[in-house]
Amino acid sequence: MTTQQIAQLLIEGNPASPTPAFSVRCTGPWTVQGIGPLEQQLETQIWPAATDLIIDASDISALDTTGAWLLHRTVRALEQLGKNIRIDGLRPEFSILLNLIATRTAHAKYLPPPKAGVLDRIGRRAWNRMGYLFNMLAFAGEAAVVLLRSLMRPHRLRWRPILHNLQTSGVEAMPITGLLSFLMGVVIAYQGADQLQRFGANIFIVDLVGLAMLRELSPLLTAIIIAGRSGSAYAAQIGTMKITEEIDALRTVGVGPHELLVLPKMLALIIALPLLTVFADVAGIFGGMVMASSRLDVSFDVFLNRLGDAVSLSSFLVGIVKAPVFAAIIALTGCYQGFQVSDSTDSVGRQTTVSVVQSIFVVILADALFSIVFNWLNL
Amino acid sequence: MSITIENLNKHFGAYKALDNINLEINSGELIALLGPSGRGKTSLLRIIGGLDVANSGKLLFQGEDVEQRDARERNVGFVFQHYALFRHMTVFENVAFGLRVKPKKQRPNEAEIKRRVHELLNLVQLDWLADRYPAQLSGGQRQRIALARALAVEPNILLLDEPFGALDAQVRKELRRWLRRLHDELHITSIFVTHDQEEALEVADRVVVMNKGRIEQVGTPDEVYANPATPFVYQFIGNVNLFHSREHAMWTKQHGDAVAYVRPHDIDISATPQDDTALPVEVKLVRAIGSVVRVEVAADGSGEFIEIELSRERFDATPLSGGDKVFIRPRQFRVFETGVKSELPAA
Repeated sequence: MTTQQIAQLLIEGNPASPTPAFSVRCTGPWTVQGIGPLEQQLETQIWPAATDLIIDASDISALDTTGAWLLHRTVRALEQLGKNIRIDGLRPEFSILLNLIATRTAHAKYLPPPKAGVLDRIGRRAWNRMGYLFNMLAFAGEAAVVLLRSLMRPHRLRWRPILHNLQTSGVEAMPITGLLSFLMGVVIAYQGADQLQRFGANIFIVDLVGLAMLRELSPLLTAIIIAGRSGSAYAAQIGTMKITEEIDALRTVGVGPHELLVLPKMLALIIALPLLTVFADVAGIFGGMVMASSRLDVSFDVFLNRLGDAVSLSSFLVGIVKAPVFAAIIALTGCYQGFQVSDSTDSVGRQTTVSVVQSIFVVILADALFSIVFNWLNL
Repeated sequence: MSITIENLNKHFGAYKALDNINLEINSGELIALLGPSGRGKTSLLRIIGGLDVANSGKLLFQGEDVEQRDARERNVGFVFQHYALFRHMTVFENVAFGLRVKPKKQRPNEAEIKRRVHELLNLVQLDWLADRYPAQLSGGQRQRIALARALAVEPNILLLDEPFGALDAQVRKELRRWLRRLHDELHITSIFVTHDQEEALEVADRVVVMNKGRIEQVGTPDEVYANPATPFVYQFIGNVNLFHSREHAMWTKQHGDAVAYVRPHDIDISATPQDDTALPVEVKLVRAIGSVVRVEVAADGSGEFIEIELSRERFDATPLSGGDKVFIRPRQFRVFETGVKSELPAA
């Protein structure tokens, strides 16, 4: 046993002695050549249970950083098991190397990953958004296909969930939509009153309130209210169903989640939102009327007479036409975000928030596009 | 309906959830997919059910490729760990749902639906709960309703994803016996996922042991328990003691590195050495657990514990107590060489 050709670690001991003393003997060249088998052995090594271990390293014939690292790692692992380790007989030049390894490894641990540069982050964001956009488009496409298929065979439509959704996101939203539109009409008339009075053009309050409400404000206001009210509810409902595996259950029973969950919501909202917009128109004009009669001496009769001349049918329709589009945006965004919920419950909250922010954003964007298009068409 | 799985792979990014799975399931069999959590069992089940898509490989039902078939076209019943009952429907409506949503041509009429649902509710012994809502039921009842719902569409294959995972021990025991009886009645090809080895051994016709996305062993419960193919199976199914060849060469009879696996109930204890391979040990702890007595001993000099199980009768014949010096010898063991890197957690 003078010159060992391979690196070895042997556990020797005398279990019969009254105070069990084990020693671990390391022999051979602990260098990068041939240390592989030793490393594998150490991974499954069963160590003696004694708390004090002596590592006899006097027979190590050569040591490089690989060997020193392995030795250091083994000692560290044993120390973490609560053992006291002493290394005996290591040649002085080897212990210098071992110490060097020990000091270096302590610093090298748990460095945070390098921060990404600005360009890197912008690129990643953009790439992620692209993927997101495609997913959203795919979702909208799937919904459109399901919608077309059911429109071709209307007898297969599920009327009960549609009616249920009409009730919850249409009828039940009337009080808040009406109240807010009324207040909006009041505010516009109030703001306009001062200016108009200065020029003695009191009667033009009708044009102001009528056009502002019918063309822009009531479709937009209604859509925003519904996005906050129903869009979030869609996301939360579908998200919860996803977590409780109800969506999977639907699929195995034989119902596509699009058919049962997305389509009724979308159809109901497409029907409900234009109606709600008309209701909001009425409430807003009424608010303007109240303000006009109290501040500008424009009586209800005069107001209503003037309204027919001031607001053309096309202005009214311009407002109403937008509503179904907003409805589709809100329903699709809400449902899509619901399906994005992953396994954790906190993601329901997150996706619900995202759905509201996104649908309001897209609704306003679509409104701007509508304005441009109507401008082209001279409507 | 028989199921054939050939070279199936599924990965999530770099993580391999299923690594080249090959499996043949016979018609009418009750199969348990057994393994630690997060090792691909549920992925496999979802792929069979059509809820997930494999990256490569073949899936055949009765010899027919079903890869292109949607979940609803595969005609499987799926039971989920958290029941997944529809909360806004009564128990009756939940079970009837699968029938009501069928295309008009295949849809049974209202009287037939009523008859079928009550028949199924009787089968799961919960007919009296038909008008309740899921929130008003206990966990065990909900899971039985979920099973009735899965059976309502008359599936060819029944898939159960840790069906008893969320239930307490007593209910779980009762339900798995009931599931076994139900399967004996209906003979639907069934696959259930579990991480509970006792459950798998008790209920299944065959057990498929999975680890890290691979199948470790397929066999009857008896085979897997008595004749484990790999160290992993040995450790995962039942308790086991490890003896290393370096210290216990008299048993392993191996020159190289090897580990002998011995079940706690396969060890003999005696006051005198049985033969020259007997190991002198000291009794450290004696604990009676129901019908068995668990004895922990330590070999002289080393602090390693060896676990031994004795029947109460055996123990009563030769009682032991802490501090006794005795000799042990394995009646039966299995040697695995450690040259092959084993996938056991560090003992």
